[in-house]
Amino acid sequence: MQACRLTANNLACQRGERLLFRGLGLELRSGQALQVKGANGIGKSSLIRILAGLLRPLVGDVAREGSVGLLDERPALDPGLPLGQALAFWQRLDGPGDAELAQLGLSGLLEVPVRYLSTGQKKRAALARLLGQEAPIWLLDEPLNGLDTRGVALVEALVAQHCAQGGIALVASHQPIALPGGQAIDLADFTA
Amino acid sequence: MSHFLTLLRRDLGLLLGGERRGATLLPVLFFLAVAMLYPFAVGPDAPVLARTGGGVLWIAALLAAILPLDRLVEPDMELGLFDQLALRGISEELAMTARMLAHWLSFAPALLLAAIPASALVGIDAATLQTVELGLLAGTPGLAALGVLVAALTAGLRGGAALGGLLVIPLAVPLLVFGAGSLSTGGEAGIALTAAFSLVLVAITPFAAGAAIRSGRG
Repeated sequence: MQACRLTANNLACQRGERLLFRGLGLELRSGQALQVKGANGIGKSSLIRILAGLLRPLVGDVAREGSVGLLDERPALDPGLPLGQALAFWQRLDGPGDAELAQLGLSGLLEVPVRYLSTGQKKRAALARLLGQEAPIWLLDEPLNGLDTRGVALVEALVAQHCAQGGIALVASHQPIALPGGQAIDLADFTA
Repeated sequence: MSHFLTLLRRDLGLLLGGERRGATLLPVLFFLAVAMLYPFAVGPDAPVLARTGGGVLWIAALLAAILPLDRLVEPDMELGLFDQLALRGISEELAMTARMLAHWLSFAPALLLAAIPASALVGIDAATLQTVELGLLAGTPGLAALGVLVAALTAGLRGGAALGGLLVIPLAVPLLVFGAGSLSTGGEAGIALTAAFSLVLVAITPFAAGAAIRSGRG
């Protein structure tokens, strides 16, 4: 995996009239992982979207080296299509990836329409999409939501593997998650 | 280019066969139903029907093009599709161009075919039917573009679907004036103007709809 980097300087984010956080800076290099903690509504998702370049920060700047893979609450898989076809669409855009569906516990579900999948299964499917993208920078927004303990262990293993291969992982989660390096920041320290 | 084809294939699949977004035939059946109802409403007076039938087909086509409006952009916005595409460097403009083409392919060719039985229902002659067909051929790309544009603008708004339908109608007036107007003048000038207006809509829609999706991001 090519060298990647994710830096942010002096970020502030405003939603509506409310200033969510300010003065937030971070720097992640190849192989590093970071958990962003914080209560609901504190701005974790907004931070992720700012880092992904989908949302403009009020002030501050973000620099990315390497492409970004985003996993949030929306799986971006067509609900009406069988899982295999929904994933195949992304595979055609991303090129053949090496997502191991068996490892994700999805191999028996490829014929099932996405809308009939459970929350946890959808999350696993989104992980398959993320793995297939082979982006060096992972931004995961509440990746543990809806997952059982085996699913949690799976996410932890995938993140560890990703970082071992030289990737970056930034995980926003209010739940405890074991990340390589164990770095964490609490957004509550940056609230205005 | 391969990205464009992949997007087009997906959009077409969802608009044509997608079980969720369903019913390709719906706009066409709707079109035929309007054409069928018209003689019941105004009575079987052949000269009146022949004089006004072409215009009715135009209105039916416009309404049929509005039907799939709420399925055009909104569901994909909720899915986070455009965010994922943006992260892959695929612009909203490209996605909207594919969507526009898919929307046109999903209703216009079937509509042009359905205009033939519909012309019999409203009792217009072959020459008028030809003008209607040419006019629809020139006008439906504009209707498709307008549909995508308005769907992108109203996606995410509450009651966006109803609002979208309402917004398309006044914006489609020029198409209707020139397209249906070509029937009374029997001329190519009206069709040419319809085509010109279509072209303008097709040209601006990817950019305007793309900008609408970007600004709708939050």
